[in-house]
Amino acid sequence: MSRFRTRAKAAAAVALAAALAVGCSSGGSSSAPAAATGTQDSVDAALKAGGEITYWSWTPSAKDQVAAFEKEYPNVKVNYVNAGTNKDEYTKLQNAIKAGSGAPDVAQIEYYALPQFALTDSLADLNQFGFGSFEKDYSASTWAQVKNGNGVYGLPQDSGPMALFYNKEVFDKNGIAVPKTWAEYIEAAKKLHTADPTKYMTSDTGDPGAVLSMIWQAGGRPFAVDGKNVKVNFGDAGTKKWTALWDQMIQGKLLAPVKEWSDDWFRALGDGTVSSLVTGAWMPGNFISSVPGASGKWAVAPMPTYDGKPVTAENGGSAQSVVKQSKNAPLAAAFVRWLNHGGGVQPFIKSGGFPSTTADLTSPAFVDQEVPYFGGQKINQVLTQASKDVAPGWSYLPYQTYANSVFSDTAGKAYLNGTGLDAGLAAWQQAIVDYGNQQGFTVSAG
Amino acid sequence: MATFSVTQPRKSRVLTGFMALYLLYTLVPLVWLVINASKTQPALFSTSGLSFGGTFALFDNIGQTFTYNGGIFFRWLGNTLLYVVVGAGGATILATAAGYGLAKYRFPGRRAVFAVVLGAVAVPPTALAVPTFLMFSKLGLTNTPLAVIIPSLISPFGLYLIWVYAADAIPDELLEAARIDGAGEIRIFLTVTLRQLVPGIITVTLFTMVQTWNNYFLPLIMLSEPKWYPLTVGLNQWSAQANGAGAQPIFNLVLTGSLLTIIPLVVAFLLMQRFWQSGLSAGSVKQ
Repeated sequence: MSRFRTRAKAAAAVALAAALAVGCSSGGSSSAPAAATGTQDSVDAALKAGGEITYWSWTPSAKDQVAAFEKEYPNVKVNYVNAGTNKDEYTKLQNAIKAGSGAPDVAQIEYYALPQFALTDSLADLNQFGFGSFEKDYSASTWAQVKNGNGVYGLPQDSGPMALFYNKEVFDKNGIAVPKTWAEYIEAAKKLHTADPTKYMTSDTGDPGAVLSMIWQAGGRPFAVDGKNVKVNFGDAGTKKWTALWDQMIQGKLLAPVKEWSDDWFRALGDGTVSSLVTGAWMPGNFISSVPGASGKWAVAPMPTYDGKPVTAENGGSAQSVVKQSKNAPLAAAFVRWLNHGGGVQPFIKSGGFPSTTADLTSPAFVDQEVPYFGGQKINQVLTQASKDVAPGWSYLPYQTYANSVFSDTAGKAYLNGTGLDAGLAAWQQAIVDYGNQQGFTVSAG
Repeated sequence: MATFSVTQPRKSRVLTGFMALYLLYTLVPLVWLVINASKTQPALFSTSGLSFGGTFALFDNIGQTFTYNGGIFFRWLGNTLLYVVVGAGGATILATAAGYGLAKYRFPGRRAVFAVVLGAVAVPPTALAVPTFLMFSKLGLTNTPLAVIIPSLISPFGLYLIWVYAADAIPDELLEAARIDGAGEIRIFLTVTLRQLVPGIITVTLFTMVQTWNNYFLPLIMLSEPKWYPLTVGLNQWSAQANGAGAQPIFNLVLTGSLLTIIPLVVAFLLMQRFWQSGLSAGSVKQ
């Protein structure tokens, strides 16, 4: 509480100084960055005045967070609504924005979907409240996700730097060493499946989010977005590096035939059928709550790389944004500030979330925590390091939710009949280019 | 040699086998549902799909389904009943009145109505969902029960069915006789026609009921607050909870909820079966 206040005050001071600095220099050059304009005064005033806002989120910790917020600020009422998980919520949000009414004041939006709402001018630019000055408080990779051009369209909540989760028991029993490179990973996958045909290194039935994260790590940058101009290219060297790797897994039938997030999949994680996962740092919470039977068997290691040098990517993660339709944007911004830059962060971490605030990513209490589920391993040491190793320069499409929805019809086919990921991605690229051009973007393949 | 007649036709092994397969195909998901609704969440993850999992937790699951998240399932059940009774019930009444009117009265524009109704049958409701949303949003009706009920009131297929049925089932002579006896048109409709139309009405009731009970897409986009959700959207939200960061799978409750959701429909079908069957074959033979 007190830490929050001083921090907020300090931030306000920084914002004010920055605003003054910008104000002084604005006469001179027109290309001066428009970051950190406004101040947080209006936000503080709105918080004092109180009022009512609506908040859409599906985070398990949302209920507790809202209760804690209302306790701290009794004159603010937050109507918490679980309007559906990811896609469902975006559909509703999109419809409400199109209709001009019915949108919440604050919405949880995943990083991949954020550009879509930011570019269509549906979200409030938080620079007007001076939130641009929070940049240093977040890991670089998550801040890059909420930034679009010079605008800041949300404050990051969770992040998902990737790591390798593996079933130590299965690895030891079959003499598998923890792979450090992707070449070793392929070898391990072959060795494991040969030694015990019921076991697989991992499962992947074609998830667009996971695929893009893997391309991200490999150095591929298939999407280049500049306002309404979009370039899509799944033929760059980084992407090819990943397809060459993953084709070996698909065509060698080294992937467990279970669909992610199904009851089969949770079962497979429990009994070792799926004995490793390369996924976001938010996964430990899921292991603890959904695969309790495998407690003590799993461990965490850095994500394998192509050349042994540590590099990783983000998978998943979301921010809270103020919707432009909000009738009380300063109050909505105050709630977002509390949620991801104040009292809301701790309840979020407690519920198993992986933060994006640098203060928590470096606090010994978090980093050196021994997690009993992982046999007492200090897993956050691996995961917080991963958040530092995220490769920069990634961007999503301004209509990523649509693109993801047609993934299985195009690239997904490569998983089903082993026709090669390059061909599959080319088909996806075609669908992305066609749709974007129909929607009024200028999309080129290249 | 056996003799075959109209009442004792020749048996076909191929057809019998095909029907047996079809029966299996229809029943297996139901059996799977019943078996798995009796498992606890850990048993669901550790045992095979078509065998019972150690403990019998069906009643425990039912209890949990009704109490989870402050008893929201009960609320969804109530919402679904509301939408079905008012929406499907209203749709049946409207379809009956309009279908009868179109079948038995001659008035200008009748052919145009026919064309519009046939056209409406061809448009899938899903395609109309987003335009309907925008319209309702302008009226300020989104996120209210009315947003689900009003579109459900319209059943072009039901109207068409009653229309065709009434044309055959109600002889013009009957209406003429009633008119000669001095009955007004409303009275004829209520006392003479309705009774004749019962099989047709039951059929339409079943159709609209199933349609409204299973309606998913329209409530999904119309409603944003879980307190107004029908069972379909609510159960899907429970199922989606198993996905991604901070996932909290409650597959055991999703399964038990699904089982509880289909029971009222099964009961309705069993109760109305008689009427429904006679309704289907009506008009197929000349009496």
